[in-house]
Amino acid sequence: MALSEVEVGESAVVDSLELPHDVLDHLMHLGFLPDATIDVLRRAPAGDPTVYRVEGAEIALRRETARHIHVRRQGQR
Amino acid sequence: MSCHAPSPPVAVLEEPPLKPGQPRSRFRTIALIGPPNSGKSTLFNRLTGLRQKVANYPGVTVEQRSGRMSGIRRHDLTLIDLPGIYSLAGYSEDARVAADVLKGEMPGTPRPDAVLIVLDALNLSRQLMLAGPILALGLPTMVLLNMADLMESRGGVVDPLALAQELGRPVALISAARGTGLEAIERFLQQHGSAHPEMARTLPVLPIELPVLQNPGECRRWASQVSSRTKYKAPASPLWTRRLDSVLLHRVWGPLIFLAVVVTVFQGVFTIGQPLSDWMGDGLTQLGTKVAHVIPILWLQALVHAGLWNGVQAVLVFLPQILLLFLFIGVLEDSGYLARAALIADRVMRSIGLNGKAFIPLLSAYACAVPAIMATRTIENKRDRLATILVAPFMTCSARLPIYTLIIAAFIPNRPVLGSLIGMRACVMLSLYVLGFLAALLTAKLLKSSVLKASSSPFVLELPQYRWPTVRSLSLRLYDRSALFLKKAGTIILAVSFVLWVLSILPLNNGHFSDLANSVIGKLGHFVEPVLRPLGFNWKIGIGLLSSIIAREVIVGTLGTLYGVDPTTHALSLQAALRHDMTIGGAIALVVFFAFAMQCTSTLAVVRRETNSLRWPIIQFCYMSGLAYVAALITNQVLSHLL
Repeated sequence: MALSEVEVGESAVVDSLELPHDVLDHLMHLGFLPDATIDVLRRAPAGDPTVYRVEGAEIALRRETARHIHVRRQGQR
Repeated sequence: MSCHAPSPPVAVLEEPPLKPGQPRSRFRTIALIGPPNSGKSTLFNRLTGLRQKVANYPGVTVEQRSGRMSGIRRHDLTLIDLPGIYSLAGYSEDARVAADVLKGEMPGTPRPDAVLIVLDALNLSRQLMLAGPILALGLPTMVLLNMADLMESRGGVVDPLALAQELGRPVALISAARGTGLEAIERFLQQHGSAHPEMARTLPVLPIELPVLQNPGECRRWASQVSSRTKYKAPASPLWTRRLDSVLLHRVWGPLIFLAVVVTVFQGVFTIGQPLSDWMGDGLTQLGTKVAHVIPILWLQALVHAGLWNGVQAVLVFLPQILLLFLFIGVLEDSGYLARAALIADRVMRSIGLNGKAFIPLLSAYACAVPAIMATRTIENKRDRLATILVAPFMTCSARLPIYTLIIAAFIPNRPVLGSLIGMRACVMLSLYVLGFLAALLTAKLLKSSVLKASSSPFVLELPQYRWPTVRSLSLRLYDRSALFLKKAGTIILAVSFVLWVLSILPLNNGHFSDLANSVIGKLGHFVEPVLRPLGFNWKIGIGLLSSIIAREVIVGTLGTLYGVDPTTHALSLQAALRHDMTIGGAIALVVFFAFAMQCTSTLAVVRRETNSLRWPIIQFCYMSGLAYVAALITNQVLSHLL
């Protein structure tokens, strides 16, 4: 499933990212890497972007970006 | 992969005795590097004090800050502040500059003799990703874990000795905000920079294996191995940041608080700033008159008072308001609220084709377009960034305040509108702000749907934890800003005032000054008047417009000088003189002109630098001036038929 589909309050584990090279590089350095756990913290007042917690930092991404981050539920493989 | 046996212990933080009289150091240049939000700038300010040099690296738009390390009494060492980056291998200009400097491949910058890496102790496992590639360069390096005090108070654990062993480099816990732990840096520089060859040899040979530069995955694995082997435990994320966010980013309260904050900032600038400006203006006028009376020679008195003092004073009175605006924006930025504001604004910004990150530069453009345009560097998408640069000068910057306040005070009655909710003057002022904002929106929309159409604009925003802004960092900002403003008043505006005054008395007739109308400047003004008359502007305003191409606030100084030397108006205040000389239609047309026109050489210069082309500043100048002319023309024609 896509990261954008994970509900607020839930967590997911990254499988893969399908994004242009420069965005990918930036996100990976922020911690969006395969096997990293991501908590979905809250959505912005307008419903988008969404704030994620990864590696202890809070990062906001738009739905259009989060859609290209493939995740699995925690504990699933 | 970097699977290897635990590294042998290396000596860390052991201080060898420094013999008296020995040459102090073989170190000259030290580089400071760290990820964004690691507290690097605070540490840089601590280590260097106030005397810093800001320059640009050749050929790129990245700023270089450097300074002597007088904060730890090492005036012999130069500290270079490298841009805040997540990785040396990144695609950004910042990352390339940092890598070039560290490798000694940046022209004009000596190769650093040692490196200080600042990492945020609160986010160590992620921040270590940057350290790996830098350690691999093999320079004498010290790793500084910043915000150590905060981390311990929140239950985090880090073992600096274990980390030092793992990295093969000395590690110290510091707090840049409080200035603690800096003596470890002194010790490191003394020990490793020692001029004695046998001591310099104490530099440990690297027993560790470092991750491959180009691969974030490898860097990440290495970083998490290091942090788990050193038993790093991240502190619990502070409860109150989450609690604050649940209010400040609330579906209903969030946007309301956001609006309240924006309104408070502007209201504050006027209600607190206006009395301060008035008080400063009165003081300066009295001082000017006193000084003029002391001067015995008549022409010198005229030069000093009418020529120089009036022009410079007219501009100086705006210092309090400009500083207040920068103070408010500084508090918002340092506390971490500005990032939340960007998150809330993203939706609106997206509808005009920009992203939420453009909100921060556009808000600071209300203070000044120059720092705003430099702040667009955080926008990764090139086309979004260019669009933001091109619309930023439409936001009502503080340099427009002098002419706005002057015209409003002179022409708009102080009457309540809508019951007593808002004054008519505040209403006009607010309309001018809205006008600039609309021009920015429409222009952005126009650009983004034509020349600067971009497929996708990724929005990646890190939300820092809330912090109390420190007095130290706020006062540093205000100091920077006032120094810049005073420098401008003391150089450009002084020079313009002087030249105008000379041109307004030449040519001399039998040793007497010319009448203003027959002077060089009068003739020039009359020459441009036909073009400006449909806008309701007379020739003096024309001279003001010409002189204010340098900077918007210059017009007030110019008008001060011109009306001051004119015998029919010189006894009047500038406001009364303008009322005597202009219709209300022309006056409103003048402020409308200023809402749109690009009259600021500093902005043009920074646009040229940031876009690395002459084309964009020229297009921007022509577009904005054209728009200003047409809008002022319509305003004057409509108003003079209505009133």
